[in-house]
Amino acid sequence: MSTRKLVDARGSFCPGPLMELIAAMKAAQIGDELEVLSSDKGSAHDIPEWINKVKHEHIETREEDGVWHVIVRKAK
Amino acid sequence: MRILIVGGGMGGTILANNLARRLVGELRSGKARITMLSASDKHMYQPGLLYLAVGRMTPDELYRDQRSLLEPGIEFHADPVETFELDKNQVKTKGGKVHAYDVIVIATGSRPVAEEIPGLAENAEQFYTEESALKMFKRLQAFQGGKVLITVGVPHKCPMAPLEITFMLYDYFKDRGILDKTQIHYTYPVGRTHSLENVAKWATPEMERLGITYETLFNMKEVDGAKKVVRSEEGSEAPFDLLITIPAHRGMEVLEKNGLGQRGFIPTHRHRLNMEGKDNVFVVGDTTNLPISKAGSTAHFEAEALAENIAAMVKMGTPVRDYDGKVFCFIEAGKDRATYAMFNYQNPPDPKAPTRAVHWFKIAYNKLYWASARGLL
Repeated sequence: MSTRKLVDARGSFCPGPLMELIAAMKAAQIGDELEVLSSDKGSAHDIPEWINKVKHEHIETREEDGVWHVIVRKAK
Repeated sequence: MRILIVGGGMGGTILANNLARRLVGELRSGKARITMLSASDKHMYQPGLLYLAVGRMTPDELYRDQRSLLEPGIEFHADPVETFELDKNQVKTKGGKVHAYDVIVIATGSRPVAEEIPGLAENAEQFYTEESALKMFKRLQAFQGGKVLITVGVPHKCPMAPLEITFMLYDYFKDRGILDKTQIHYTYPVGRTHSLENVAKWATPEMERLGITYETLFNMKEVDGAKKVVRSEEGSEAPFDLLITIPAHRGMEVLEKNGLGQRGFIPTHRHRLNMEGKDNVFVVGDTTNLPISKAGSTAHFEAEALAENIAAMVKMGTPVRDYDGKVFCFIEAGKDRATYAMFNYQNPPDPKAPTRAVHWFKIAYNKLYWASARGLL
């Protein structure tokens, strides 16, 4: 059964939100959704760029009170 | 209060010593007790492995007897925990002992898992253990030129290691006189040459100046030893004659067996450093799941904050401060220049141009570390 996992990468300069997502992907199952919280606006670009390149699925990016929520699905 | 520290690495040792200094009277009177359980009676200076891999340190320089680093009054046992019974406030060890506690701190560190990528462990050199670092150095000594490929797994211990080993290898090959026959190709998992934007702004032109090529958004999928290529999740291939890897890491197996966190990393409150849902279970160093660097300095600063809080809990029943995410990393930029990055949850680093002075301070710190572990620095 697929689930949504929160990856709270707020305040993460190193390793950073994308690296946190790459690590979290390893523990996720195919079909799982992951919601990355980032205080870096660059995540709105960086994460979808990587997700598209490795052919996972980008579901949504939105900004709320200075925090970017990037939601993706593990596709393979 | 019975304080149990599981793990005798940098975080556990600094925490134990800092606490012992704060609780001298309480330890004497029996109001507090500090016990440390570790898998080994030796303490390794892990950052020294980078130097061992390029022939700039020897194995004996990496170790001290763990007991010799601990303040009097700290009870130490080289007897690793096998079972965590957090609901009963006790652990069971490999030696069959049961240790009850009022507060437990888990600081067991992380371990490289090159075997998770097909073909990687068999075909790559790495330097995260004494054995592998020595093997890597011997391989470097025999290397006569060709394609050197650097690959990076996620997450990994020491975020500066990929850049440091790249620039140190450049100087090593230069000193050997084989640079003209050697092509160094650096790969990195995210879309720039380092996760820290300001570090990447320095490192990228430095690589271009030295003729080191690079490929970003490169996450290892498999290594084909017969064809001598690494294939990435992103669909590219990188050839090698000599493959150097910074492998991905997991938390310790005992934590996974006890169900304390995915891939052995324990869910941890980013400021209070307690395990999520447990008020008397704390976590420091690589063992946390916090989105900050897995580095000795992280363990150091977390341990200092936690020691102040646990001592305050003994003396007045409540913690007194938050951990602010502080990290300080030296960055070796070759054999004789270095810079550093300091940052926390709120403030990004702003590294300066590498200098000889910072390099020599790092070399001095390789010795000063033992004072740091004792809680003196």
